[in-house]
Amino acid sequence: MAKTVLMQGNEACVEGAIAAGMRFYAGYPITPSTEIAEVSAVRLPKVGGKFIQMEDEIASIACAIGASVAGVKSMTATSGPGFSLKQENLGYACLAEVPLVVVDVQRSGPSTGLPTSPSQGDVMMAKWGTHGDHPIIAIAPSSVKECYTLAVRCFNLAEKYRTPVIFLMDEIIGHLREGIEIPENVEVINRPTVENPHPKRPAYAPTDNLIPAMAPFGEGQRYNITGLLHDESGFPTNDTKIAGDLVTRLMKKIENNYDDIVEVEETHMEDAEVAVFCFGGTARAASSAVETARKKGIKCGMFRPITIWPFADKELKEAMKNVKKIVVAEHNWGQLVNEVRRVVGNDKIIEFVGKIDGTVITPDEILAKIEKED
Amino acid sequence: MVDMTNVSKNTMNTADIIYKYMRPEHLPHIWCPGCGNGIILRAIAQAMENAKIDRNKTVLVSGIGCSSRAAGYIDCNSLHTTHGRAIAFATGIKMAHPELEVIVITGDGDSSAIGGNHLIHAARRNIGLTVVVMNNNIYGMTGGQYSPTTPHLEYGTTAPYGNIDQPFDIAELAMGAGATFAARGAVYHSALLAKTIEKGIRHKGFSIIDVASLCPTYYGRKNKKGSAVDMMRYQKDNTVMVEKAKTMTEEELNGKIVIGVLRDKEAPEYSEEYAKLVEKVKGGNK
Repeated sequence: MAKTVLMQGNEACVEGAIAAGMRFYAGYPITPSTEIAEVSAVRLPKVGGKFIQMEDEIASIACAIGASVAGVKSMTATSGPGFSLKQENLGYACLAEVPLVVVDVQRSGPSTGLPTSPSQGDVMMAKWGTHGDHPIIAIAPSSVKECYTLAVRCFNLAEKYRTPVIFLMDEIIGHLREGIEIPENVEVINRPTVENPHPKRPAYAPTDNLIPAMAPFGEGQRYNITGLLHDESGFPTNDTKIAGDLVTRLMKKIENNYDDIVEVEETHMEDAEVAVFCFGGTARAASSAVETARKKGIKCGMFRPITIWPFADKELKEAMKNVKKIVVAEHNWGQLVNEVRRVVGNDKIIEFVGKIDGTVITPDEILAKIEKED
Repeated sequence: MVDMTNVSKNTMNTADIIYKYMRPEHLPHIWCPGCGNGIILRAIAQAMENAKIDRNKTVLVSGIGCSSRAAGYIDCNSLHTTHGRAIAFATGIKMAHPELEVIVITGDGDSSAIGGNHLIHAARRNIGLTVVVMNNNIYGMTGGQYSPTTPHLEYGTTAPYGNIDQPFDIAELAMGAGATFAARGAVYHSALLAKTIEKGIRHKGFSIIDVASLCPTYYGRKNKKGSAVDMMRYQKDNTVMVEKAKTMTEEELNGKIVIGVLRDKEAPEYSEEYAKLVEKVKGGNK
């Protein structure tokens, strides 16, 4: 029988990661993500895994990539300032196609900001923080249970698509404590592996699904991995056709699998005339506001993207077909609200509820926008 | 004079080195004529041969700069990473699979400027990496800017009036941080260099070999050091074995490159210590 335990979001994230097969963690202390490092330090050696506290944030992600290249599922976690520092190597993992989970427990910024008040200010950084065109997957939990289940999903997506996945948590969820049922079994996906690794096999040999199989270092393939644009053998190239084809393949391997990657949650959307768009920790206040509005007779629904990147264009467009007004609530100056505008166009009323002062968005603030006569 | 009696007999001929250890389809290398890095590359391959390490179980990790291309030329697992971070990536590989032989090839800027933090912390942990520094006293790939090892008052494109910085001695820096094996080599003494790198590979724990390379294209030209041959001759005339150096005064050692093993001591290796920790707590209560 599944057991119910009281757990903090950060702790649930580690437990989910271990259930998914994480056996290596490299990190650096930073609030509000530090418990992820602390719990990993306690738990990993007990399951035969390894933990290392590196000298800085950059080293942490580099170390985690190194372990993944050697065939071990790896994770690193941080918060805003550290997430900024990790960006270069995040791009390296995208290009080199190294499975990896990077947790960002968002806190108020910019810079050192307001440690460690809640924020959702890293949404765009998650997508565009590292330089150059690249695909990214980002997932946002809004409960402690989801910290567990979606950590599993982050690893599965990272392994399936050979790409870094960002677990975009926030301080509200990271430090929240809730009773959760720990699933007895979770579905675990492992990276596509090479049957018979040998040096003549092209390391990035083409496949129908655009995701090359990956041989861990040390098993006989003897191949090259680089952050330079490379050909199928894994060696650098200056051939513009090969370079263009590589970046296109990286983009397409995620775009082509949109339906598998994108997940949303819709509540009371069947007859909704007003909808609240929210994600992560903000969804908790939004959910309360929507229930209150319903009790008051307002046909109000809630749309919550669980997958933040790629953005849920298709689901959002469909869900908002009959909606007149969308209240977008996010803990920032307005980041995903512009994505919502892009998708739904100009014929809907968009109300924005944002916060940049480190206080939480309350149900009343969202309710006021739901009830506002436009 | 450097005693060569015991080093030359363990040297393969160049063709054998190339066909056994290199990836000939990726040669010739990108380095300029007269660059010392090719000699260091050969010495690394020779050291691998001498140490009898399994190429399937060997990982070469590099960062960014002239030095970084070396990793791809040798036929083993190679990871060409981001600027300065090779040692941090290598730490992850070694921790994940301690049975792998992990060799980092880096440069003076890569290892002691942007990557200085990783260098000192890997040395402090005594993790089993072998770090070979292709030290050419300049940023070559970007066209001749001064590096942390450009000597005081010498020139670079970003030190047009002479470098007011004081240079790092990378081997001393690593020893200060706790490196259990530290050595210095010079490309003029290539056979000795291979032997020294071999010792570094065989050493259990963190080892560093700081190698005086040559950059006639930028460092040499900016500082009027003459041709590659002149720079080689300078190395020949100014290298002193560590044993000999002990008998010399500070004044006599001024401007000399002291080569050989500077430190070789035993201490617990990091990934082995972690394995012991895992054994101790594995399967314990949740």
